[in-house]
Amino acid sequence: MAEELSGTNIAAEAAGADALPAAEQGLLRIEGVAKTFGTFRAVDGVSLDIKAGEFFALLGPSGCGKTTLLRMLAGFEAPDEGRILLGGKDIAQALPHERPVNMMFQNYALFPHLSVRDNIAFGLKRAGMARADIATRVAEMVALVKLEGLEKRKPDQLSGGQRQRVALARALARRPQLLLLDEPLAALDKKLRENTQAELMELQRRLGMTFIVVTHDQEEAMTMASRIGVMKAGKLVQVAKPRELYEAPRSRWIAEFVGDINLFDGESKLRDGHRLVIGTRDAGALVVAEPREPVGAGKLAVAIRPEKVKLSRRGPASEAGHQSAINLLDGVIADICYLGGTTTYKVKLDSGGVLQASVANSARLDVDAYSLNQHVVAWFGPDDCMVLTS
Amino acid sequence: MNSRRIFARPARFAAIAPYVWMVLFFLVPFAFVLKISLSQTAIAQPPYEPVFDLTAGWDALTSAFAALSIDNFKLLISDDIYVFAYVRSLTVAIIATAALLLIGYPIAYGMARLPKRWQAVAMVLVIVPFWTSFLIRIYAWINILQHDGLLNQILLALHLVSQPVVWLSTDTAMYIGIVYSYLPFMILPLYATLAKMEPALEEAAADLGAPPWQAFWLVTFPLSLPGVGAGVLLCVIPIVGEFVIPDLLAGSNALMIGQTLWLEFFTNKDWPVASAAAIVLLVMLLVPLLLYERLQKQQLEQGR
Repeated sequence: MAEELSGTNIAAEAAGADALPAAEQGLLRIEGVAKTFGTFRAVDGVSLDIKAGEFFALLGPSGCGKTTLLRMLAGFEAPDEGRILLGGKDIAQALPHERPVNMMFQNYALFPHLSVRDNIAFGLKRAGMARADIATRVAEMVALVKLEGLEKRKPDQLSGGQRQRVALARALARRPQLLLLDEPLAALDKKLRENTQAELMELQRRLGMTFIVVTHDQEEAMTMASRIGVMKAGKLVQVAKPRELYEAPRSRWIAEFVGDINLFDGESKLRDGHRLVIGTRDAGALVVAEPREPVGAGKLAVAIRPEKVKLSRRGPASEAGHQSAINLLDGVIADICYLGGTTTYKVKLDSGGVLQASVANSARLDVDAYSLNQHVVAWFGPDDCMVLTS
Repeated sequence: MNSRRIFARPARFAAIAPYVWMVLFFLVPFAFVLKISLSQTAIAQPPYEPVFDLTAGWDALTSAFAALSIDNFKLLISDDIYVFAYVRSLTVAIIATAALLLIGYPIAYGMARLPKRWQAVAMVLVIVPFWTSFLIRIYAWINILQHDGLLNQILLALHLVSQPVVWLSTDTAMYIGIVYSYLPFMILPLYATLAKMEPALEEAAADLGAPPWQAFWLVTFPLSLPGVGAGVLLCVIPIVGEFVIPDLLAGSNALMIGQTLWLEFFTNKDWPVASAAAIVLLVMLLVPLLLYERLQKQQLEQGR
């Protein structure tokens, strides 16, 4: 137990010097970090605080700088600007082998000439651990990732899932204050990936360790992480809990990157009590709840997630209709995409635009299904809409 | 069905082609040399006896067979000249190959770590000397190393020496020549293994607490051993039998086996002894080759 908490302890000790309580300062503080390759600004002034015990995901499309940021945390790149404080100590210029940080590499980077046991023991030997302690720790790690009986195998005698476990065990063996995971599940097939996601989360919770995972897969980030930082063109554009990121994205780009979304450009804006009536070209006037932050004068858009859109043949029953069905849009089914659990319909609106609606297939028989060119009413409440200004 | 018939024949031919080649250009000449090595020198044309004459009848053939002996091999073992020549050849090959490895490895490693487009340039730079005749390059070294050659001029100009150093006809000159000539054969296989190695492996070692030299020694070097093996063999085997470089650059007091062989063949006109010397050399070189082959087979089986 004491060992499991060592990360926080060290953070607390180091923070004592800075006269800031550990809880407030957090384990890792990234301050204005930037990295330029030639003329390309890969990471452009990123600041971020990560608390001990967090499972943090860096999410973004390829080339957004998330991997460069991770490599700066591991020490493979030195930032051109900014500070990286781990437990209050600036490690920005420290070499990789001097950092209490370990990384799980994207393609695992297992040493092909060493057995599973020697791969896991590699970091422990470098730390000068006693032979008997190494044996104990390796056995512990092997049990942790359920690789018993495979200790003598070489990496090329293992399956992809087993290799992933060896890589994880090797990175965890030194009990780092911070574990960095670079696309840890990208090389696994879908079913295995889902199981491994759950195992990673369970492991992280049990060890109480701080994980930072880099991924381009938003579902993976949403499933595993307690907080997600979205990166775009070297900048951190939003840091939020998964639900907040999905339901309240800060910009059009984030809304489109994380999940599916219907976007309607606004042309006019009217106040109506606690609501806004926004005139759109493609979907007519839409009533939306007034956002918490006042809407500026700039270009705005109404956004609605497909699963928030309800469809019906005739429109909602009158008693339910007052609040939640204030936005009623007529159209015809233009496209049907059956996905098993849900069906996504594309509705060609009479007002000109296209609205995507995702409907749960709650009945086994297709009595509720719509057919192509069928006339439908799509409806959604003001609270289900988001107003995006950038 | 049809396509099988079209492809089956050339495929089968392709499979036996190497064997035909080996029999025609290796085994048959080898049989000739082996036969001559068991013969005795004679003042005749050809300069050895017995001569197998297939037209002379069965009795002549059997008596010719009976005349074969291993006397030449006994001579090779009993005469110090040959033993010394073999020992010297092996010593030169081992020292030169060690030097080649020490010089070639850092170059290959540096090449493999260059940006991709510079790697191609470096590769060309390594290969480009081959475009000039080997002999011309060795003669160039004679020019550089001679009494008033470039090297001595530079050394004198820098006041590193007060009078010209004797380079030519020394072992140093020979080693310079050998290392210079064989360096590409050491660099290329090393480069090939190092370039395909995942760079993340060294990063992983560093991440797990290994300082750079440990990361190299514990990860990069062991993984480059197949390249080291290939480079060493590509150098050791031809250097043992090297003739031109020691003949042109080294002194004449200690001969390598290639030079001894040449003397026996052309100066002494003793074809049988020269052949025996060649056979012994071949056997000496086959041993490390077979060992290497076994090593590779083991590695392949481990990989499964």
